[in-house]
Amino acid sequence: MNSRIIIVNVIRWFLLLFVQIFLLKNMGFYDLSTPFIYVLFLLLLPFGIPNILLYLLAFGTGLTLDAFYDTMGVHATACVVLAFVRISFISISLNRDAIDDPEPSLSYMGFQWFSLYAFLCVVAHHLVLFFLETFRLTEIGYTLMRCGLSCIFTLLIILLVEFIFYRRTPR
Amino acid sequence: MRNLWIFISRYNAFFLFIIFFIVGIYLTVKNNSYQRSVTLNSSNEVVGTAYERLNVFKRYLNLGMVNDSLAAENAKLKSQLLGLTTVDTTKDVKVVDTVTNQQYTYLAAKVVKNSITLRNNVMTINKGTVDGIKSGMAVIAPQRGVVGFIRDVSAHLATIQSLLHKDTKISVTLKKNHVFGSLVWGDGNFDIKKAFVKEVPNHIKMYVGDSVITSGYGSFPAGILVGKISKANVATNDNFLSGELNLFTDFSTLQYVYVVKDKKAEEQKALESLVKPNE
Repeated sequence: MNSRIIIVNVIRWFLLLFVQIFLLKNMGFYDLSTPFIYVLFLLLLPFGIPNILLYLLAFGTGLTLDAFYDTMGVHATACVVLAFVRISFISISLNRDAIDDPEPSLSYMGFQWFSLYAFLCVVAHHLVLFFLETFRLTEIGYTLMRCGLSCIFTLLIILLVEFIFYRRTPR
Repeated sequence: MRNLWIFISRYNAFFLFIIFFIVGIYLTVKNNSYQRSVTLNSSNEVVGTAYERLNVFKRYLNLGMVNDSLAAENAKLKSQLLGLTTVDTTKDVKVVDTVTNQQYTYLAAKVVKNSITLRNNVMTINKGTVDGIKSGMAVIAPQRGVVGFIRDVSAHLATIQSLLHKDTKISVTLKKNHVFGSLVWGDGNFDIKKAFVKEVPNHIKMYVGDSVITSGYGSFPAGILVGKISKANVATNDNFLSGELNLFTDFSTLQYVYVVKDKKAEEQKALESLVKPNE
């Protein structure tokens, strides 16, 4: 069971980063809206993961993305922020002892919880990402617009992927 | 201590977040030139503003010292002025009237047409008879160097027969041994930066690097720097020496020239015309 989770996550990591780097990197609407689907990997890590491992994975994933995007540290920082939001949201919204689901996916947690969870994480990630990329407050309107549109795009794709791989499980 | 550990481990998510976040920001700023420049600039701005504030205070504290030094300088200048005025009053009777005795006056003119590539070059300036310009007047360059002679004059324009012309001949002196010669251009070398001193007597030794100045025998005032000897003692077929010099005048960039008005030119000409040739 444990090894199965690891294998699934490794495959997911490679798949998502492959799609992100070789497909979505070249996509975008007028430089305004760019999807960052790879955050789904961090969203779907199992509940029981230790915090330090989660941070390390987030940081490593971010650095890998940075290597391909030539933005050393920007994605890594954004992923770390996402990890923090993920930990906080899970600890606030769920009873720690009552968690018996393996991972926070749409199939297990339901649409309402998952969409809010994904929304918060993605918004935090994108805010940090775009502001670090712009690195100044003078173009705040433009940056916020890029951030918002990208959030919508990313969320749409995340929900789409989750619905495609939806498994009806007895709750 | 135990409580501290409990506190940190309970909120480990937050502390880990801080650590990783700082590492991420550090990487971002360290490795991206744009972000680094922004960070450096803004920090420089902060530091600069702080120093500026500090300087205002410092300046205020230093006011006393500055006042003292200014007062000392004032006193020194005043005593100098006093010395000057006393000298002036005692020598009042001896003051030379420079206005009526001034032989040469200078008139600035703008070059409106220039040529340097021909064998005989002529340029045009924007001053004419209205400004008192007459044919034969000398023309010099703004800083140093000679340009040529006025050739033809109209009401508002005049042409200059520049030094770069086969008929132009200017009387010059070698500064070191006060020997006279003639300055000509284009004797087999049409470089606009070179000219030749001719008709220097054979027994004279020329020195490379010696300055060539106008002699004051023609319409040029004496002592105007013309150039520096670059090749000395070139023997010629006649009984005279010749030397090559680098001109100070840069004819290719000439924009303004000074026309030299000689007050005594008419008088001198009239006097010299009394001497009959072959007398």
